[in-house]
Amino acid sequence: MHPILGNLRRLGLYLLGWVPLVALIVYLLKVVGGLGWVESAALGAPLSFLYALACLSSWYTCRTTTLNRAVALEPALAHLTAAAVVSGLWVLAARALAAGLAQFPAFAGLNGRAAKATGLIFGLGVLLYLLGVVMHYALLAVEASREAQEREAQAQVLAREAELRALKAQVNPHFIFNSLHSISALTGSDPAKAREMCILLGDFLRRTLGLGEKSMIALQEEIALIDCFLRVEKVRFGTRLTFEEQVNADVLGQPVPPLVLQPLVENAVAHGVSNLPEGGWIRLRAAKDQQSLSIVVENRFDPEALPSRRNGMGLENVRQRLEACYGNGAGLVVTTEGDCFRVSLTLPLEKRERGA
Amino acid sequence: MTSERGNRYRAIVVDDEDLARQVLRELLQAHPEVEIVAECANGFEAVKAVAELKPDLLFLDVQMPKLDGFEVLELTGSDLAVIFVTAYDQYALRAFEAHAVDYLLKPFGAERLRVALDRVPERLGDNRLGGRLPPPMELAAEARPPAQYLERIVVKDGTRVHLIPVRKLDYAEAQDDYVALCAEGKKHLKQQTISSLEKALDPARFLRVHRSYIVNLERVVKIEPYGKETHVVVLTSGAQLPVSRAGYARLREVLEG
Repeated sequence: MHPILGNLRRLGLYLLGWVPLVALIVYLLKVVGGLGWVESAALGAPLSFLYALACLSSWYTCRTTTLNRAVALEPALAHLTAAAVVSGLWVLAARALAAGLAQFPAFAGLNGRAAKATGLIFGLGVLLYLLGVVMHYALLAVEASREAQEREAQAQVLAREAELRALKAQVNPHFIFNSLHSISALTGSDPAKAREMCILLGDFLRRTLGLGEKSMIALQEEIALIDCFLRVEKVRFGTRLTFEEQVNADVLGQPVPPLVLQPLVENAVAHGVSNLPEGGWIRLRAAKDQQSLSIVVENRFDPEALPSRRNGMGLENVRQRLEACYGNGAGLVVTTEGDCFRVSLTLPLEKRERGA
Repeated sequence: MTSERGNRYRAIVVDDEDLARQVLRELLQAHPEVEIVAECANGFEAVKAVAELKPDLLFLDVQMPKLDGFEVLELTGSDLAVIFVTAYDQYALRAFEAHAVDYLLKPFGAERLRVALDRVPERLGDNRLGGRLPPPMELAAEARPPAQYLERIVVKDGTRVHLIPVRKLDYAEAQDDYVALCAEGKKHLKQQTISSLEKALDPARFLRVHRSYIVNLERVVKIEPYGKETHVVVLTSGAQLPVSRAGYARLREVLEG
């Protein structure tokens, strides 16, 4: 869409801007071209209006030729050629108009006088056209900067939304309500254990809230969070839940994005243990080689169980977080083997370790 | 409450978490009219216990291993008062609210339990008159997140419970108040209308080809003309099903894409 033709207000302003130009053209026709005042006005005014519209055509050339100092020659040539062509057409229009006006007695002989002013008209045409080019480039620049601002604002909104989503996703309402229910059960039968669970739950929530603000944490911080989470779940599931951890000491200080493993362990509980009346295990392994840190979360699951209600939301969330942090540098692979569900993460190894 | 039973309810508590059952056990001590006749830790146990003990009242956890609360309800029928128990499930809650089904949200206390129990006589009376519980299949369908279709069908055969993954289903046939589900060469009868089954199945995978038939599109080998106006579909198993005129149009639309 043309920025001026597509907008009535802008078109009005543009034509208003032409009023002094019309005066200038009429003046030049009189003084330089040697026409009479009336002749200058009769010829200059309609010609100016026509040309005001013709100059708008340069937008299409401007849009396709971006201003770039290294290759400015090519657009310059294109604009000059266009200016010559449009101006030439304008001269033809001026001659036709002069010939038409010459039919009236008042303008007798205008034809010949206008022919003498051809050079002036052509020169004016080229200059005015190039002025139009400059104006269009200015408009394009203004629009580009406004678009950039809008994009930036949009990106900020998206980032904020993602943050809010992440905050909400951090603490699964199921987990909170079920834990509170377990505490409620324990207050009657085992008050000491109820108190212990309150403390564990508080500890877990505090750690979660703190972690969301950081961009990277040491692996051992994440593992501490998982331990905390699983101790709460262990109260709920009792002997149904067993957890094994094989984490090499040399990876504890490796930086990882916060809350990337916790959702995987939470999934392991929600889709594994909680679907198995006889219980199940969860295993966490972490080790590194020359280039990468590999972390595996696996759990027993019931292959015949219903697909989850939360339907892999946690997994998708983790995948997106990894992509945001590492681009293509990280990998997440899900495999199943019999009744074992396994999520394998591969993260780039960081030379600089986080304080342990 | 009918007079011959007095004001006592025989209740079954179904929850996979020991502590959750403990809460109900403890809170129900204040209600001597409720007698817990069984506690079940999963859906299979619950179906069996309901069939054997015929309780008046069922406390039913929604999320459980093996069979979830809705599937249990499908298999036990609705001839008893049911109080659902759940921690958090926005879709299930919406369905409960819409059908005025009683439920308890974990964690709950004595007061909320009393309110739910106060409605039990009314529920039991209503059920005898035709039931205030909505058909379990419909309740389950509404409690599913939007755009999520049935992945398996539960069927009770005497005291045994079969789980039929829908990918193994060849076709379903309406038989009066029942549907016959044909999977892996066997037929399972289930009390359900074919229309409600059709609604619960993914329309991209299953198609109603006839008033009485739903077919698994993956099983269709070919469509053959049969008589002047009608057609039959031939399945991989060799079975042939009649196709109505409307069904034929739908089938062509899906298969020719």
